[in-house]
Amino acid sequence: MQNSNSGCSSSQVIPSEMLTDEYIDFRQYLSSVEITAIEHEVAAMENREAAGIEALKIVQEHRGWISDDSLLAIAQCLNISSAQLEGVATFYNLIYRQKVGHYVIHLCDSISCHLTGYEEVLHTIKAHLGIGYGQTTTDGEFTLLSNACLGNCDKSPAMMINKKHYHSLTAESVIAIINGLRQNVEQNYDR
Amino acid sequence: MTDNSWLEAAVAQALTKPLTHLVNLEQPLDFNGYVRAGGYMGATKAVKEFSQKEVLAIVSESGLKGRGGAGFPTGMKWSCVPALQEKPPAHVNTEQGNSYLICNGDEMEPGTFKDRYLLEGVPHQLIEAMIIASYTISANKAFIFLRGEYHVAAQRLQKAIDEAYENNWLGAKVQGTDYQLDLYLHTSAGRYICGEETALINALEGKRAIPRAKPPFPQVSGLFGKPTVVNNVETLSNLPHILKHGSEWFKTLSPHSDPGTKIYAACGQVKNPGLWELPMGVTIRELLYVHAGGMKDGLQLKGLLPGGASTDFLTAKHLDTPMDFDSIAKAGSRLGTGGLIVLGDQHCPVAMVLNLLSFFAQESCGWCTPCRDGTAWAVEILTRIEAGSGTEADLSQLDELCDFMWLGKTYCALAPGAVEPLKSAMRYFKTDFDQHIKQGCCSYKKVVQNQLGASHE
Repeated sequence: MQNSNSGCSSSQVIPSEMLTDEYIDFRQYLSSVEITAIEHEVAAMENREAAGIEALKIVQEHRGWISDDSLLAIAQCLNISSAQLEGVATFYNLIYRQKVGHYVIHLCDSISCHLTGYEEVLHTIKAHLGIGYGQTTTDGEFTLLSNACLGNCDKSPAMMINKKHYHSLTAESVIAIINGLRQNVEQNYDR
Repeated sequence: MTDNSWLEAAVAQALTKPLTHLVNLEQPLDFNGYVRAGGYMGATKAVKEFSQKEVLAIVSESGLKGRGGAGFPTGMKWSCVPALQEKPPAHVNTEQGNSYLICNGDEMEPGTFKDRYLLEGVPHQLIEAMIIASYTISANKAFIFLRGEYHVAAQRLQKAIDEAYENNWLGAKVQGTDYQLDLYLHTSAGRYICGEETALINALEGKRAIPRAKPPFPQVSGLFGKPTVVNNVETLSNLPHILKHGSEWFKTLSPHSDPGTKIYAACGQVKNPGLWELPMGVTIRELLYVHAGGMKDGLQLKGLLPGGASTDFLTAKHLDTPMDFDSIAKAGSRLGTGGLIVLGDQHCPVAMVLNLLSFFAQESCGWCTPCRDGTAWAVEILTRIEAGSGTEADLSQLDELCDFMWLGKTYCALAPGAVEPLKSAMRYFKTDFDQHIKQGCCSYKKVVQNQLGASHE
């Protein structure tokens, strides 16, 4: 993005402030822990670009989501254009390009869960939290997203909250799970 | 791990259930436990007793076919790697280390969960298998491409990789030989298309995961432009046992069908969903009524997908079809991943197909038009039909879409995979489609309403 000339005719010189607007010094922006982890992944690959997904996941792990500034910083760190990295970041379900809650509920909506009644679980979650797909509760605790088949088809309906899978869901059990997490919120975010 | 009785019982099944006999989902065997149970013997034989071409010959002779869905013979796939060819093309570098092995662990086919079972339950088996495969294709570097949602598998695989390094099964001079292998775990971030092997390669290179045009095939020009073999988790997991017990033994596992065992599964509206390692070629009837316990109470079989979401529907008249590649193909479908998705007679087949097509529309990578527009268009039409506002013209439009999205018109098999359940559903459940259009409603809705209260006791 920093060297893009989109919208300008090619003969025009791009004013330098337009370039610096989108420039972020990744060494200032990313923490040393993040940079070390990214460099560890880069070392395993043939070029810096190949560590894109890993780098996005590392920064997301620390910050909860990938903001525009994070995207620019990672792109800089990997020496690729931010447009290219954006193409990768927005391609994936588990890279969040918007702020999400502490707990991200990924409810499986694929075929086995469909045949065993995930819709009822979905309605329950929506009613209980007062949010729809893509939304976050006002207290910033829960975000609801759909997910393609989670591979728990023998114990469907299933969902994943952060890194934990839950299965054999019912309207009752899903409320108990959410309430349990809400109670734990102060002590342990269990990412 | 101290429970020796479990291990003794498990090892007793080594020759009949090679893939799953050591699976322990609670606490998988660590390196020492796996070795005590006979692990790493296949890899020892491969790297110490055989040349690359000898291992290739054994695997080819075993008749092992890919378990990821396409059923391509593994030995033949490997033999396309320039280093293993009798007369490799002059311009190709066949030096040791100029190729890659990738394990495809991006299991995202709806209704499929067999690889998760192996990854979480016996991670060292996969590491051993990848050592054998990497050695054979002269790869010094290998990757496990794991779907991002499999967090437990990721943790256990990384631990197994670390243990393999500590015990000199990975790194420089593997077991004192001149062979070197580095193995990396890549966890993806949730996208079905990454299971397509060329999209997977793009994803590993840090690019957007869209499929590549073929040829060139990955065995010639794959990851970073080098010869690359991509094999499925279950396919690879057979290798230690084929090396250990021989290709003849492998063929005796299923004398009347494709060689070896298969991890079959059943989910949906059956009594006991689950998975079972069985000789290749058991009938659908045995799988459904013996292993999965039959239909859920009160339901009759309406139809089933034999191997994941992207296979054609089969019905009760196909129950005696053996679950192997050729027999299922003759019945008009595909073995795919070998996991039944079972539909009962009180659930709307149009709603089921709409769910399947919604998945494909969402997961289409958008690279080629027939898939990007075709799947979304089909969802729009099916939504209309399911809601009772469809017309006869919608049915012929769906027929046309099935043609637009078929093989040869797209970069990869995603759109043709979406066509398979759609087209077959329109054939087998035509009366249901017609009912929706003629009566302007779904006749199953009442049944569902009545069942809602009792469905989760």
